[in-house]
Amino acid sequence: MSTKKLTIQELARIREKTKAMTVLRDGAGRAKVTVHMGTCGIAAGARGIMDALLQEIESRAVQDVIVTTSGCAGLCNREPMVTVEIKDRPPVKYAQLTPEKMRRILAEHVLEGRVVAEYALAVGSETMY
Amino acid sequence: MKHHRTHLLVCAGTGCVSCGAFTLKEALEKEVAGRGLQDEVLVVATGCNGFCERGPIVVVHPEGIFYQRLTPEDVPFLVEEHLVKGRPVQKFMYVPPAEAKPVPKMTDIDFFKHQRLIVLRNRGRIDPEKIEEYIAYDGYEAMAKALTEMTPEGIIAEISASGLRGRGGAGFPTGRKWALCRREKAEPKYIICNGDEGDPGAFMDRSVLEADPHAVVEGMVIGARAIGAEKGFLYIRDEYPLAVQRMGVALGQARELGLLGKDILGTGFDFDLEIVRGAGAFVSGEETALIASIEGQRAYPRQRPPYPAEHGLWGRPTVINNVETWANVPSIISRGAAWFAGLGTGTSKGTKVFSLVGKINNTGLVEVPMGIRLREIVYGIGGGIPGGREFKAIQIGGPSGGCVPRDLLDLPVDYESLTKAGAMMGSGGMIVMDEDTCMVDIALYFLRFTEEESCGKCAPCRLGTRQMAGILARIAGGQGTDDDLRKLEELALTVKQGALCGLGQTAPNPVLSTLRYFRDEYEAHIRERRCPAKVCKNLITYDIEPDKCVGCLLCLKACPVNAITGERKQVHVIDQAACIKCGACMNICPPKVGAVSKHSGEGGRS
Repeated sequence: MSTKKLTIQELARIREKTKAMTVLRDGAGRAKVTVHMGTCGIAAGARGIMDALLQEIESRAVQDVIVTTSGCAGLCNREPMVTVEIKDRPPVKYAQLTPEKMRRILAEHVLEGRVVAEYALAVGSETMY
Repeated sequence: MKHHRTHLLVCAGTGCVSCGAFTLKEALEKEVAGRGLQDEVLVVATGCNGFCERGPIVVVHPEGIFYQRLTPEDVPFLVEEHLVKGRPVQKFMYVPPAEAKPVPKMTDIDFFKHQRLIVLRNRGRIDPEKIEEYIAYDGYEAMAKALTEMTPEGIIAEISASGLRGRGGAGFPTGRKWALCRREKAEPKYIICNGDEGDPGAFMDRSVLEADPHAVVEGMVIGARAIGAEKGFLYIRDEYPLAVQRMGVALGQARELGLLGKDILGTGFDFDLEIVRGAGAFVSGEETALIASIEGQRAYPRQRPPYPAEHGLWGRPTVINNVETWANVPSIISRGAAWFAGLGTGTSKGTKVFSLVGKINNTGLVEVPMGIRLREIVYGIGGGIPGGREFKAIQIGGPSGGCVPRDLLDLPVDYESLTKAGAMMGSGGMIVMDEDTCMVDIALYFLRFTEEESCGKCAPCRLGTRQMAGILARIAGGQGTDDDLRKLEELALTVKQGALCGLGQTAPNPVLSTLRYFRDEYEAHIRERRCPAKVCKNLITYDIEPDKCVGCLLCLKACPVNAITGERKQVHVIDQAACIKCGACMNICPPKVGAVSKHSGEGGRS
């Protein structure tokens, strides 16, 4: 009855495949993309940015990019915005995005580390008190 | 596979399930779907997180935000705020006792951050009913290594070198047990997992079985390979239905993938497991009684030697280890003996899981390195005693263990230190007691338990526990004599030496340890007819102080036996002859009035 008896190689394959999903539970990705989803962001189309981002991640089978949401960043007229944080580098904010711009940011900045300067708003975060 | 940006890990250990985790999970799934987020947010049921005090618990990843005591009514707000708008919700977060600010991240909460996880490494992290998630965290890798790269002798040498000792109570070196069994010529050989956890207040084995059943299975396959067994049994307490169910699911999935059964991983090694549900008696956790129970007989212990390693199930060589011991095995094989032996003390290696209960702020399950000080467990992880009360003692090891007093709070937790202090590692129950706990009453509680659970096969345990409980009841009732103390000690030592099995031999420990550290309390009960903690009902009286009573009628109405007389705005009086010492009057009297007081030995009824 055992139809799919595993070999050691197949065990490793299951591990890698599932790891892609569970890696997020360890909170350790190579990059984090925060989609700003305050009321202003949502009104300006943040949902479409999120969908495009997730679809792109899925179709490229990217494993270690964390996608999260945050509230309004305070610059409501430049929404939709995202913040991209590559490990050990300062965060970069992008403004007035479209799904196409989002895809390009994922491909160039998130995955290859080249900031897409023409869409970027600023480097760094506000100082927190 | 869909890429989910967020995982909601809903704790579904028995503790959280009993306070509504499954209803909560349904509510979350419904709300997530209702907002069209089902493709980006995954809701997962995990095993016990250990912080049962705060259930139901949900951990949101990737941020690692810890939400506690959630109800289905909280769900719409939580989803809207956290998942749609990305704003973690402070009001559902954990606030440490005596602090005002919540701690958002699970890893920053004191209860979690001082723990060291080996056995519980997958708790709250994987869905225990999905074998793929276990595999994702290197599951069955140790088994593959043991089956392909190691000889049986090599496996035993590794386990011996790690210093792993039995986590079920006695602390016998696991490697030596395996080696003894391997040496035997008789065939077939068997291995058994002892999951008959019966100590009051202990639930670590249940949590391991529920949260990470595959770790136990993997450990057992490795053990089977080491001693040369083809068949094993998981004896699980029948009072643990969720553990039985999850283990059943785990075995089915492992068989389907060929990780159990014939020709495991194509290595030619055959091994399978069967679940046996416990017979419902405390004594079934004793290894020889457990073996008798699997054989279909009444769970009676028998004389040892011969030990099960030589003469076990159906007279065959058998290795029997506890759940937690088995769950340690895969990590030792994959990370090596030296890594494991690097944790802990000279004689006690690795970690130990304790269930921390009683008068403590953070009730739950904790895994700590051997050798940790009791103080760190009680105050660092447990968050101290609620209500600003004083720590009095900690009962370690359940009915087989003893009470360790305050002076020994800096005792390192390892097998030898605990035994020397008159307690016992046991299976790992820790019951914290504050100043309102009477030590005679505690000894009586445990002796009544062992008296009731004594299987009756040998006279020292059957008669001894009964007589000890009788004497303790007499002392607690204010009828004790000095001679009772002498008799109690004599009986305790006789039972310790004369009982047939480990349960009988350790049954007097609660008496011996309380006599050792709290003899003055026994003497107060006997000589002054006084219960210092004001617990023993025959030795206490409740009084209403006339100058404080405002005549509000609250206590009068609360008294279940109508022992209080009085009129509105007039001082109430308790009829001592009718009073049953239930304390209802004291509980209901408003704190700002505080007219009801409790006395013992100061001219009260004796």
